[in-house]
Amino acid sequence: MAAAHDTQGTRTITLAKGLNAGLRRAMEDDPKVLLMGEDVGKLGGVFRITDGLQKDFGEDRVIDSPLAESGIVGTAVGLAMRGYRPVVEIQFDGFVYPAYDQIVCQVAKIHYRSRGRVPMPIVIRIPFGGGIGAVEHHSESPEAQFAHTPGLKVVACSNPVDGYWMIQQAIACDDPVVFLEPKRQYHADKAELDEAARPEPLFASRVVRAGTDATLIAYGPTVKTCLAAAQAAATEGRSLEVIDLRTLSPLDLAPVLESVRRTGRAVVVHEAHVNLGLGAELAARLTEQCFYSLEAPVLRVGGFDAPYPASRIEEDFLPDLDRVLDAVDRSLEF
Amino acid sequence: MSTTHPGAFGPDLVEVFGPQQADGGPELVQLLTPEGERVHHPEFDLDFSADQLRGLYRDMVLTRRIDTEATALQRHGELGIWAQLLGQEAAQIGAGRALRPQDFVFPTYREHGVAWCRGIDPLQLLGLFRGVDHGSWDPQATGFGLYTIVIGAQTLHATGYAMGMQRDGVVGTGDPDRDAAVVAHFGDGASSQGDVNEAFIFAASYQAPVVFFCQNNQWAISEPIERQSRIPLYQRALGFGFPGIRVDGNDVLATYAVTQAALQRARDGQGPTFVEAYTYRMGAHTTTDDPTRYRLSDDLESWKLKDPIARVEVYLRRNGLVDDAFVAELKAEADELGHTLREGCKAMRDPDPLSLFDHVYADVPPELAAQRDGYAAYLASFEEAR
Repeated sequence: MAAAHDTQGTRTITLAKGLNAGLRRAMEDDPKVLLMGEDVGKLGGVFRITDGLQKDFGEDRVIDSPLAESGIVGTAVGLAMRGYRPVVEIQFDGFVYPAYDQIVCQVAKIHYRSRGRVPMPIVIRIPFGGGIGAVEHHSESPEAQFAHTPGLKVVACSNPVDGYWMIQQAIACDDPVVFLEPKRQYHADKAELDEAARPEPLFASRVVRAGTDATLIAYGPTVKTCLAAAQAAATEGRSLEVIDLRTLSPLDLAPVLESVRRTGRAVVVHEAHVNLGLGAELAARLTEQCFYSLEAPVLRVGGFDAPYPASRIEEDFLPDLDRVLDAVDRSLEF
Repeated sequence: MSTTHPGAFGPDLVEVFGPQQADGGPELVQLLTPEGERVHHPEFDLDFSADQLRGLYRDMVLTRRIDTEATALQRHGELGIWAQLLGQEAAQIGAGRALRPQDFVFPTYREHGVAWCRGIDPLQLLGLFRGVDHGSWDPQATGFGLYTIVIGAQTLHATGYAMGMQRDGVVGTGDPDRDAAVVAHFGDGASSQGDVNEAFIFAASYQAPVVFFCQNNQWAISEPIERQSRIPLYQRALGFGFPGIRVDGNDVLATYAVTQAALQRARDGQGPTFVEAYTYRMGAHTTTDDPTRYRLSDDLESWKLKDPIARVEVYLRRNGLVDDAFVAELKAEADELGHTLREGCKAMRDPDPLSLFDHVYADVPPELAAQRDGYAAYLASFEEAR
């Protein structure tokens, strides 16, 4: 897990290290940035994303909170009103609901309610998604509930380099940002980070693999799934384009529309339940905005409309390479 | 003790665990009796100058006038709804006047008297209840947050704000112009909310400079205090690790004295205090409510004898601190305020429909801007068709 610097000033990092380094840099750049959450201090968070930060920035800036999610977000609102930029950690996706009222009724609405007089630069970090063999409430994908709420911005990172840049951009954003981190990627893949590079804007989607036959639209943990699916499809002579949405609210539709107008086929892939998920919104937008380019209906591959199952059968619930390619087959055969 | 007779558990368990609440009745801090007698208290006694007393009296009279006018304006269809404060003037003026400029207040939607003390134009309160905005005053400039409708949510904001003050180094410096604190307002109903209890825990844990000011007006719409609590509310504070005190909420002097002491404690860095202002909601919950369906008029009559304004007037007159001329002048001032409110309220214009898109975000996403432009074009199409 140790980050290794090479001679060019780049280093190899995991997503966990990227987020940690991004948080550190944001705290160095702005003394008003505070971290708050359960176990984020001495322990460094249950996933170690805030590892070492309390030691270096002190207990006033890296705050171990009482075990109460509404309290964490509600006090962050007050800190923001006082001029701070709180970054709060919700320990697991399924524990965000006690804070739901504060997020949708207060965080999302105070800038609006105050006619712009009271800014709400809060980042709510949520490790999300499944695949880690956890017990109930530790593997959920609540993004649609927040993307549905005006006043919030919702983003999801999918790789170590994005983690490093996107967390800093979210903290610098003057609007509240729900920041989703694919927890099963935290310590998985490594990537080269060049801290001198110029990052892409936060609210921008990106084509991560070019293709011509169909467009796979993903974010967070399913970007990796879709890249693997495109790789497998290529061996069978099929060329799939993969888009990493990165921003879920607002949507950055331009690259998606451009792609689907070329390929004529789109499959949206997310771990969240299909019913009223991001895929439903994307299907509607694509139908509205590139109806005559579509060769097939927009298809969705996602979590089934059942509660997240017990972990021994979670692989059946989660979209995998085969289910993605099955949807691609259906789209191509339409 | 026989385990075969469950009924025998009760008394035995009381012997083992102790009583469910502290012995003795609740102690009420009072400096001015309902009859207008000045009484003294060992801890909270204060000397009030004649000007101060007349000022508190004037504040309460004018606040009651704002409330009366607003209720009438609702009846005339000029306001959608109004949350009445009738009977709670002393609690609010006492708490409001104990503040210093650098303090910050987080209100519910009924703190019209505190708003008055913070210099909020009462017409701005009417604007919210008329439906022209969600509150138009500047919280930063006035030290008075926007009204919060979700019950108890603001107590957490207050605690977080107080935590910010701690980090800003404006707590416990000993400089009276620098040290600051926060007042979180809420009611007896809110004391059941999770957010309020979490606010207590956070404030205690970090020793945040916040005064939890609970106006126990006995009613949460139709539910009496007994539905919210089996013990006097102020006694709950001890369980969270900070002091609680009950004050006669219809006594402006006692409310002022106790709030001032609690604020000073907070500013000095000694942490939170719970103040239960024991009062009574003389009116309805709001203008849409009908209290005759759920409470007895006897109750109301007994509280009328404890009116917060009458007792001050009796005291002032008996001690020669006001004369007929003062009272007449104040009445004229209240009449003028009423006139200003009526005319100002009726003159309020509806906001521009397109303003509904304003300030959703600090940085407006293109899709929302497009939605706004689309609706603007749609509206314009009706103009063109004319």
